[in-house]
Amino acid sequence: MLARSLIGFALMSSPIVKLIAQRIALGIMLLLAVSVLIFVGTQILPGDVAQSILGQSATPQALANLREELGLNDPAYVRYFRWLGGVLTGDLGTALSSRQDIASSLGGRLWNTLFLAFWAAILSIPLAITMGLVAVRYRNGVVDKAISGVALASTSLPEFFIGYLLIYFIAVKLQWLPSVSTVYDGMPFIDRMKAIALPALALTFVVFAHMMRMTRAAILNVMQSAYIETAELKGLRPIEIIRRHAFPNAIAPIINVVMLNLAFLVVGVVVVEVIFVYPGMGQYLVDHVSKRDVPVVQAVGLIFAAVYIGLNIIADIAGIIANPRLRHPK
Amino acid sequence: MAKAPSRRRSTGEGGTLLDIRNLRIEAKIYPPGETPRKITIVDDVSLTLQRGKVLGLIGESGAGKSTIGLSSMGYGRGGVRITGGEVILNGRDIMKDGINGLRKLRGSEVCYVAQSAAAAFNPAHRLMDQVVEACLEHGTAKRAEAEKRAVALFKKLGLPDPENIGKRFPHQVSGGQLQRVMTAMALCSEPDLIVFDEPTTALDVTTQIDVLAAIKDAISDTGVAALYITHDLAVVAQVADEIMVLRHGKLVEWGDTRQIIKEPRQQYTNALVSVHHIDHREKKPGISTVLAVKNVTAAYGGGLIKVLKNVSVDIFPGQTLAVVGESGSGKSTLARAITGLLPPEQGSIEFAGKPLPRRLSERNKDELRQLQMIYQMADVAMNPRQTVGTIIGRPLEFYFGLRGKERDNRVAELLDKIEMGKGFIDRYPAELSGGQKQRVCIARALAAKPKLIICDEVTSALDPLVANGILKLLLELQAEEAVAYLFITHDLATVKSIADSIAVMYRGEVVRYGPKSQVLTPPFDAYTELLLSSVPEMEIGWLEKAIKTRRMESAGN
Repeated sequence: MLARSLIGFALMSSPIVKLIAQRIALGIMLLLAVSVLIFVGTQILPGDVAQSILGQSATPQALANLREELGLNDPAYVRYFRWLGGVLTGDLGTALSSRQDIASSLGGRLWNTLFLAFWAAILSIPLAITMGLVAVRYRNGVVDKAISGVALASTSLPEFFIGYLLIYFIAVKLQWLPSVSTVYDGMPFIDRMKAIALPALALTFVVFAHMMRMTRAAILNVMQSAYIETAELKGLRPIEIIRRHAFPNAIAPIINVVMLNLAFLVVGVVVVEVIFVYPGMGQYLVDHVSKRDVPVVQAVGLIFAAVYIGLNIIADIAGIIANPRLRHPK
Repeated sequence: MAKAPSRRRSTGEGGTLLDIRNLRIEAKIYPPGETPRKITIVDDVSLTLQRGKVLGLIGESGAGKSTIGLSSMGYGRGGVRITGGEVILNGRDIMKDGINGLRKLRGSEVCYVAQSAAAAFNPAHRLMDQVVEACLEHGTAKRAEAEKRAVALFKKLGLPDPENIGKRFPHQVSGGQLQRVMTAMALCSEPDLIVFDEPTTALDVTTQIDVLAAIKDAISDTGVAALYITHDLAVVAQVADEIMVLRHGKLVEWGDTRQIIKEPRQQYTNALVSVHHIDHREKKPGISTVLAVKNVTAAYGGGLIKVLKNVSVDIFPGQTLAVVGESGSGKSTLARAITGLLPPEQGSIEFAGKPLPRRLSERNKDELRQLQMIYQMADVAMNPRQTVGTIIGRPLEFYFGLRGKERDNRVAELLDKIEMGKGFIDRYPAELSGGQKQRVCIARALAAKPKLIICDEVTSALDPLVANGILKLLLELQAEEAVAYLFITHDLATVKSIADSIAVMYRGEVVRYGPKSQVLTPPFDAYTELLLSSVPEMEIGWLEKAIKTRRMESAGN
């Protein structure tokens, strides 16, 4: 008992544990603040939920009954905490348009989005970081300029244009892959991978440039350090100097930009999902925004915010752990 | 491997190791707004170095010392190119080997010890990994063998806990220790030649002496040859067999150590050798003080880390108080407390008889005006996008509301005072030399007509001859303007030249305080004696004598 509390004390007094605990606490507070914003935002919107459920022809008595039933007459803070309590227990409410439970219909969508984001990330992150390292190795040379050129071209083309280019060449002309990314439950893994190949490729084009350029800049910044000269004077090969001496010191900014792009892969895929008719969160959100389905918008908004904040916390923590001064205090 | 025989290095063998012939090194510079042009950094320099010998390269900044040192590894910093001459190492011209040949030589035949080990070690890796890296890269030793060698070197260099210090990260050891680890790193590959580039310049004097002794022992024990680069002739006299004096990239004089320091043939060498002594007569303490610091205690981290403990000093009008001590002794913190940047927790500060508000933000314009400051790094203390005229004119506008011609006249007057003249009014800081930059900072402080100027290591970043000029200027200005100085420095020679009274600080406390003559007269307390006895003297054999007679370990270890 005493031993355990001693270990606990040692952990708390270590600066790295303290910093990480701070970051997580801050993230949770931020998420709560966002939930308030989302709730308030959807309350300000014009329109009455009871009215939109029952339609224009409803009698005032029926409206009043439904309001009472939904608890809409309660003060705003009571409704907020009821909503928040539901969210925390996994109950995201009921969609107005379809009368379906949001959590269960969202589950599959979220899974699809994460699946696509995961494979897009597997493709784009190692590619972008490796190309960033190569660009530094041959900085200001032909290879560097070629990599930067491709990256800038891909980032300046809008994602729907890239999507249609891929569909035109790979799906229509070459007929290698399907142009519509239909997925269903129980789909064989290989078929699923084929279905998401094109959207994953399109997303890679979108996020590649940002990550590559930031990796290149972060490492070039470190290349100015005196310890890089030390490594050169040890007779190390240039690529070893970049890999062993520059990269570990550039990790924090690189992780930051990677996490930012990961968040984009989850949250910002709306356009790509629509082009490839992929049943993910983005499409779900767009559908329900057009139907003014407030509970769905709230739920999706909260999930997006959680993904964003979560990934940024991970980036922060990774940055803290990557710092040897914090990992190994004096 | 062709170079195998040369690796059998024996101290008795002799023979030429390094032969540099008619070396010419150029760099392309890109002055703002002008077309790029080539400048010559090293011009027709030749030298030879025998196996196991130490050649000292000495000169002021810009003399080309480091550039010549690095040329023995075929390395040029930035846009620097070796454009002429030959560098013959172990009997072959290394410039003909191409980049792959040079890479094989770096870290195996020739190793490098940098000025700032703190910056030269990669913060992300453990010391041992960095120390054995070159051995592993060149395949000269297996990991286990290299680590054994490293531990033996750590022991030889007097590092604490030699078995385990390699497991630490660079930030976990002190600056003096890091410099020794760097020396061990160079020796670990068992090179024929080590280039030491100002290895002790960034250290405190008390630490420098230990590191210097460790380096000297390591050189003589392993029989490695060395190029020892420094601007400090007294330091190089302790380790070098021969000394080469350089100026503006040209050879001035080359001879054995005794001849250079005792019988210099060239006038420039003579100027370097002669002690830059300024005869400064100590003034008697006045009656009223310009600044009275009474029992000041200050701390960082919300009172957790006490950095000033019960400090009391007085400064009299028109006089200089020198505050000396090692890094971390609280010298600069005292300046921060006086300027209000770090409000003291206890004690009081009186300025010209009136109590000074503790915080900077509580002080009025006149209190700010009367207390000015000059910093160590003149170039970062000035806005690089402002001209000299704007920089000096700013306090004139701010404190006195001077505008237009009136202001310009006063700026010209101040430029005359610092012996630069009004031709500099439209120059940018980047167009000035180090000494000129510091002069502009002095003029800026003077423009406010202060009663007291805090000078924080103002000559530490300058070459000795330039620093001497700045000190003379400060003394002249003191005589003309009756301004008082609080002079913070770690350099005791400077203290002797400028101070009227001295406060010696050690770990946040004033351990010795009084008029200069009294402070510098025995009997000394242990710390003051350590400080005084650690200042290198230009005398062969001084190092051994000083080490033997010490009574106390330096704080940097």
